[in-house]
Amino acid sequence: MSEGTALLEVRDLTVHHGQLRALSGVSLSVFPGDVYAMIGANGAGKSTLLRAIAGLHQPTSGSILLDGTDVARLRPERRVAEGIVLVPEGRRLFPSLTVEENLLVGQSHARPGPWRIERIYELFGWMRDRRGQRAVQLSGGEQQAVAIGRALVANPRVLLLDELSLGLAPVVVRRIYQTLPEFLASGVTVLLVEQDVSQAMQVASRVHCLLEGRTTLRGPPAELSPERIEGAYFGLAGPNGDQPGHGGAES
Amino acid sequence: MSWVNAIIQGILIGGLYALFACGLSLLFGVMKVINLAHGDLAVVAGYVALGVIAVTHVPAVWSFVLVVPIFAGLGYIMQRTLLQAALNRSVLTTLLVTFGLSVVIENGLLQFTSANSHALDIGSLVSDSFSIGSQITIAYLLLVIFVVAVGVLLGLQYFLSSSRQGRLIRAVADDREAAQLSGADYRHVFGIAAAIAFGTVALAGLAFGMYSSFDPTIGTNQLLLFAFEAVVIGGLGSLWGTLAGGILLGVVQQIGAQINAADQILAGQLIFLVILVVMPQGLTGRRAAA
Repeated sequence: MSEGTALLEVRDLTVHHGQLRALSGVSLSVFPGDVYAMIGANGAGKSTLLRAIAGLHQPTSGSILLDGTDVARLRPERRVAEGIVLVPEGRRLFPSLTVEENLLVGQSHARPGPWRIERIYELFGWMRDRRGQRAVQLSGGEQQAVAIGRALVANPRVLLLDELSLGLAPVVVRRIYQTLPEFLASGVTVLLVEQDVSQAMQVASRVHCLLEGRTTLRGPPAELSPERIEGAYFGLAGPNGDQPGHGGAES
Repeated sequence: MSWVNAIIQGILIGGLYALFACGLSLLFGVMKVINLAHGDLAVVAGYVALGVIAVTHVPAVWSFVLVVPIFAGLGYIMQRTLLQAALNRSVLTTLLVTFGLSVVIENGLLQFTSANSHALDIGSLVSDSFSIGSQITIAYLLLVIFVVAVGVLLGLQYFLSSSRQGRLIRAVADDREAAQLSGADYRHVFGIAAAIAFGTVALAGLAFGMYSSFDPTIGTNQLLLFAFEAVVIGGLGSLWGTLAGGILLGVVQQIGAQINAADQILAGQLIFLVILVVMPQGLTGRRAAA
């Protein structure tokens, strides 16, 4: 699945929050059709990475290439036009707007593409009947679905999903992840952050583990043993975990 | 009934107060800017109208056709430059910057136009009126101003609730960052909101200049105060609240004047304080002001 050129490439990205170094020289390549999952403990820098790719954090150094073009200096709204769209942590719907208005805002600067509001209503059947409700009146899972819909109608090339499962019941999370194949089939590539490692391992074509802002492990889930992931997640293993597919991994 | 007359006059003048206040409310609602130069801008609009009339010889009543677009453009430019630069520092900075702007405008006007008061001369229109019964007299001008004010508020409400740009303004007011993630340049959206605010305050300034007279200091001494009172009485973030606030302020002022001519302004301040104590969210305030 790694043939051809990367759709999204992050090279040696370092991001600071004030004095704190949140990301140290992180690199990754996401290929078309990938579901690329970032895993790691709280504070590992996963969300910072996604926010930096979306343009909400200015990197100290490094580059972010979309189809070979560096977008690291573009404002967030320009990156949306280039095809990078983030579903932020905590959903961040517009609370005083209705469901439909939230989707309309998502569509207001959309690239041409297959996703329309009508198609979101088909994907999430309940949404059409409740389109006139204010976003705050929805449950967490429903809000997450609207947030995904709002991002999809912009017709992203790369969809960034930050902690979809945060604060949601497992059954709700499973239902949201069940819609993932539908985005992929439409040509959207996904880079996601997931707290729940087993969930990430199920959906991802590649996983990438961060620990304190550094890469500790990456590779296809099938090649990574639970022990290596545990080691990379908690920082118990040596730093040699940084080789994708290195050291035979049974699963 | 002279009381009924006072109430009717109060309602009509309240429309003008609401027109003053809606721009103030919009700027606060969308970008959390408290524009202390708001009243002065209305006065500047009056002086600009005098200039426009002197140059183009348009009748004073039609001066808004030029002045309102000029102010809308000025609002957009001011927002994208001075106000945005202040916002980038902190919300508190915007307070200092607009306060400074107010001082500069007032003293600039004193320097270049003298402290004399002016009015926009609309001929006999200013005093034409019709009577209902023997006690109630309604000036055409005040009625027209009221109708225009309600029309502007209706139009603004429709724009905000139903147009693409209005929706973006509400989205940016809710969550600037999330709006950016939907591809909206919030600075441009702020500019649009400022253009509307400046346009409406210019219109209010012209209406005031036709109805009464203006001088360089009246912007802060009266207009800003009335606009603030209308917004607070009505409740932040609601245009209908602003209209209700303006009308209540106008009615109470007229009733105060009915009791004693010197008590007009005082009565307005009292109702403002009472509302602040009894219902700090204002008449229609739903959202708690953060």
